[in-house]
Amino acid sequence: MRSVYAVTGGVSKFTKARPDKTFQAVVKEAYDYAIGDLSLEHEQFIEIVDGSVASYFSDHFTRQLMAGIMVQDYLGLCPKPGHRVEGGGATGGICFQEAWKQVASGYMDVCLAYGFETMSHVNTWKGNEFIALASDVSFDYPVGGFYSGYYAMMVTRHMKEFGTTVEQMAQVSVKNHRNAYHNPYAQKRMKLTIEDVRNSPMVAWPLTRLDICVMSDGAAAVILASEEGLAKLERASGVSIPRVVVSGIGKGTDAMRMADRPHQDFEDFVKYNLLDCENNDKDLEYYQDLWDKGFRYPGIHSFRAGRMASKEAYKNGGIHDPLEELDFVEIHDAYTSSEIQTYEDMGLCRYGEGGSFVESGKVFVPGIDYGLNLKDKPICPVNPSGVLIACGHPVGATGLMQAVFAIWQLQGTVEKHFGDPALQIEGARRGAIHSHAGTGTYVTVSILEIGDE
Amino acid sequence: MSNKTKIKAKIDETDTGTTLFNVPFPTTLDKKTLTALKLQAPVMIKQPYQIDYIHSYGQDSPWFSGLANKHLLGNRDPETGYTYAQPRGHDMYSGEETDWIELPTEGRVHAFTVCHFGSEEFLPETPFILTLVEFKHVDTLLLTRLLGVDPDEASLDWIGMQVKAKFRRLSKFKPTDVYFVPK
Repeated sequence: MRSVYAVTGGVSKFTKARPDKTFQAVVKEAYDYAIGDLSLEHEQFIEIVDGSVASYFSDHFTRQLMAGIMVQDYLGLCPKPGHRVEGGGATGGICFQEAWKQVASGYMDVCLAYGFETMSHVNTWKGNEFIALASDVSFDYPVGGFYSGYYAMMVTRHMKEFGTTVEQMAQVSVKNHRNAYHNPYAQKRMKLTIEDVRNSPMVAWPLTRLDICVMSDGAAAVILASEEGLAKLERASGVSIPRVVVSGIGKGTDAMRMADRPHQDFEDFVKYNLLDCENNDKDLEYYQDLWDKGFRYPGIHSFRAGRMASKEAYKNGGIHDPLEELDFVEIHDAYTSSEIQTYEDMGLCRYGEGGSFVESGKVFVPGIDYGLNLKDKPICPVNPSGVLIACGHPVGATGLMQAVFAIWQLQGTVEKHFGDPALQIEGARRGAIHSHAGTGTYVTVSILEIGDE
Repeated sequence: MSNKTKIKAKIDETDTGTTLFNVPFPTTLDKKTLTALKLQAPVMIKQPYQIDYIHSYGQDSPWFSGLANKHLLGNRDPETGYTYAQPRGHDMYSGEETDWIELPTEGRVHAFTVCHFGSEEFLPETPFILTLVEFKHVDTLLLTRLLGVDPDEASLDWIGMQVKAKFRRLSKFKPTDVYFVPK
């Protein structure tokens, strides 16, 4: 397979509702921004782009089947090849990887990935119902289908197993909302305290409203290209495009019903799920000790799909120690709890250490005052953009939005796009984006890094 | 923390709306008024969507008939003995067809939450408690409702609590035909 470059992208500002435009026209905003960033006119880009992949989660929210082709049509991409992908909350991440495949395989030189969701067309309670239909409608949904409830159950187990606290979860909320304060694309730009998070209305114990992402309308688009595709784009625009290469992708899955998740023994965990960076005497002893205390993997406290996606992406991207080798990560933080769980899946810390890991300060952005007492220096900022909790979660756009922010981070163009340099991580050479569906059913991890000029 | 005591400071939004037969529009169309149309606020209407599905529980049907007759069933791989608390026609490891077995009616709370909000269908039932129950010699969990504890007194100490199954007298052929209460 050949090298694939993430060229640039665009994001519509995520917001509660966009009644002023149809979904096609909102995607057009993200698309126009992306080609504008390359100094290209639509007619020039259409001459070069080979096709597309469309991303949106729910036919219920749009109440329109084949919405993907309506965007293809509106953008003026017909009759070029294109198709829609869907995989719950990970739809955007899957779309990004699908576009990667179009280019890596040699099928396309330039591929446009675009995604959207229009969640404002129903009230919040109906929206919760639509999302809960992404749980088994025979056994899960009828019991009281509510995703916040599912995640709350998972975190009660995490708290019981490892002593994770609600204050540690609140720190994630403080961090991501505070980061988003500097991100003009974010829906919720807030300076919060741990008390604010804990005092906001209880949604599903112990998760409060500020532990949970909101529903949004929004769109995002990313352009991916081969070396040849980049050359064509540069010839047409006359500008040199900074090289950001997608150096590894990974995807994992797990059982739809949380209740069905295995409780594996230590030997199987080591054989199938251990990361390179954990394969040493000290960490193996730590895990043996966890198992001796009754820990079983993945249970409902850990996302095996996230672990397997990371393992595969690290293998393909040549990463051995993610905390040391990644300069930032954009995690799918639909819940503060799931961000903590995901630190562990991605091997930024060991299973069981996610709570103390956030408290350490290692995942905060340097130079930003969070009003928290953090003992360690930042090593690997997680969610510098604010991601789902603060930016919003128009499902089909979210994973692509993460890709756009990661590209800008690596190109060193955060100030240009945000009008504020605060979130630019100095010297960032490599980052990861993580997209997550259901209660951890589909998870994608993609590694992006600065390529050779 | 209870939400019940919060004083409302916002009027509820509903989607009932008003029947409207005309909206403001330029009385004459010319270059100026046609251009001004781009400044117009969007027209938004209500689109009702209602459907009844004919849903079959397929090979899992005996589980629901079991509940209607106050029996909690599960499935087991005939060779390995791997046992599922939520029904599953084929084992995820061996690929073999599973057998029906009767589950214990007593177990422990493995995890739980109190839902103070929810999907539209379940809003009237808030606050309600969801729990995953673990059973001895059963490899997977059961998602169910927990009753008989105070939703305002949620505590991690509930994890590990011994619980027992109760069945609805008038079956609805839904998984909530069984629920759990403290033993």
